[in-house]
Amino acid sequence: MSGTAAIEAVDVSRTYHLDGVSVPALRGVTLTVSAGDYVALIGPSGSGKSTLMHLLGGLDRPTGGRLVIGGRAVSELSPPELARLRNETIGFVFQAFHLLPRTSAVDNVALPLVYRGVNARQRRERAAAMLGRVGLGHRLDHRPNQLSGGEQQRVAIARALVTDPTVLLADEPTGNLDSTTGAAVLELLEQLNAESGVALVMVTHDAEVAARARRRIAMRDGVVVADSDADSAASPITGSAGAGGGS
Amino acid sequence: MRLAEAWRVASDALRANRMRSLLTMLGVIIGVASVVLLVAIGTGTKQTVEQQVEGLGSNLLLVVPGRLDVGSAPAVSPLTLQDVEVVGRVVGDPGRVAVTVASGATVRAGTRQDFTTVQGVLETTPTVFAREVARGRYLSRSDVDTGRRVAILGDSVARILFPDREAVGQQVNVAGVRFRVIGVFAPLGQSLGVDRDDEVHIPVTAAQRLYGTQRVDAIAVKAPDRERIDELGQRIVAELNGRHPGTEFSAVTQEQILGVLGDILGILTGVLAAIAGISLLVGGVGVSNIMLVSVRERTREIGLRKAVGARPRDIGVQFLLEAVLLTAIGGLVGMALGVGGALLVAAVSPIPAAVTWWSLALAFGVSAAVGIIFGVVPAQRAGRLDPVVALRAE
Repeated sequence: MSGTAAIEAVDVSRTYHLDGVSVPALRGVTLTVSAGDYVALIGPSGSGKSTLMHLLGGLDRPTGGRLVIGGRAVSELSPPELARLRNETIGFVFQAFHLLPRTSAVDNVALPLVYRGVNARQRRERAAAMLGRVGLGHRLDHRPNQLSGGEQQRVAIARALVTDPTVLLADEPTGNLDSTTGAAVLELLEQLNAESGVALVMVTHDAEVAARARRRIAMRDGVVVADSDADSAASPITGSAGAGGGS
Repeated sequence: MRLAEAWRVASDALRANRMRSLLTMLGVIIGVASVVLLVAIGTGTKQTVEQQVEGLGSNLLLVVPGRLDVGSAPAVSPLTLQDVEVVGRVVGDPGRVAVTVASGATVRAGTRQDFTTVQGVLETTPTVFAREVARGRYLSRSDVDTGRRVAILGDSVARILFPDREAVGQQVNVAGVRFRVIGVFAPLGQSLGVDRDDEVHIPVTAAQRLYGTQRVDAIAVKAPDRERIDELGQRIVAELNGRHPGTEFSAVTQEQILGVLGDILGILTGVLAAIAGISLLVGGVGVSNIMLVSVRERTREIGLRKAVGARPRDIGVQFLLEAVLLTAIGGLVGMALGVGGALLVAAVSPIPAAVTWWSLALAFGVSAAVGIIFGVVPAQRAGRLDPVVALRAE
């Protein structure tokens, strides 16, 4: 399990201000993602798990509490510094893949390296190698619309990992895939987690998917209601892996 | 590398929306083409007018009542032939002094007629203005002294009145008075759509009788000495001011006329360029508009790029480049069309057009600047997009 902390959140809150109304999406979340961990983030819609994902990935900033990603306090970073932190530390996998259209698989995978300032030749080499690791070494120059859903998500996973991040944040990565393809993608993620030591944090609705994670964090109404790590330390209810379980 | 990526993405985006890119460019194309074309016409006109003034002959001094300035009203001339004699004494050579009293009049020959400018002049005109007679002769001293009813026709007038026979020796009727044609001028051709051969010269004395006046409109002097032309002008003006209290005279040199005309035509060219510039501005608004659309369309792409590490600046530069690329390509096409249009105008119409390098550089620079100015707002908007919101966009 543990090791050093890749991400550390202490009493983190996030409140949205919409038309003068304050909407608290997160209300004091404390958790640590360790290097190499495998975490499932579960909870009903509106429980705050997506907000938490965005915060953990440095896409958003907390309105309260302390959030440290890769040893750096998010609140102290400027927008360009935060962008660089995302580039170096985090890999994102989205439910809807978010691949660039009209752009080959290898160029899609190489995209994060563009913003790291890697030259074109090295970009292609590293992207091609990464595509090989996700089993798409023969599809380098295919465009997203020439690939199946499962293949597109593999390209997205390769893109997330091409920068050697410490944390891979996956938001419903199998949500748009059929069960067979989804299972294969999940296996790939688990395999990469095991092989490369990248921490995997996955938001999911699927109880079966969540059950495979080493650690489960359940959320409801903007707070963590169950954390299998913390629970196992405090009270032994580790088995409840269902969505919204533990409340 | 980031710039190269931004370039690639920008050109890719323009290619992906060919029709839209083309229509947006059209605004810039029209703007730049009109700047180039109108400035070319303005410049060409200026050059032609300047050549014409220079073609009047060198060391020329024009003496006119009133002040020669942009915006000053022309005064009625109090000058008479006595003044011309006085000027001749000041110059020291009456042969270097010419006059004109001009009016529009109908000239008839048989059943044919032509409305033209009839100028009353001295026999000195060919010397002072470097005019040439192609056939027959010009006026003589005695023609002027006796007010003889003789005329020299411009080439066009001769062709209109005597299409199938020699004009010299024929009779013409000028405003009801018969004149004998004694010469025909060598043709000068057209300039700015004006026929410079559409005139008739008669002795100034005959013209004064014809028009019922003692006055002459203006006196022209061919200065014997270029160095002292200004001093000569001052002496003439002083003499004339003494003879006609209440009227202020001006003696202007060719350089001064060129200066004044240059000012007028320069202003004209500037106004034309400014009008064309407005259409370029409108083109810029179109670019701004389409860039906002582009940013909106690609919101998710912006979100993703930010998620994988693009800084706000990276995104901004990408969209700014797209806008600049639009206007720069539009600018190049517009320049080509403007130059083509100018050549066409010069070839098929009497309007002269001269394309200048500075107008090309200006038009291109302005179109690129338009891209930057009108691209900045959309680009900033793109750069500042919240990645979380952007990723959720439809």
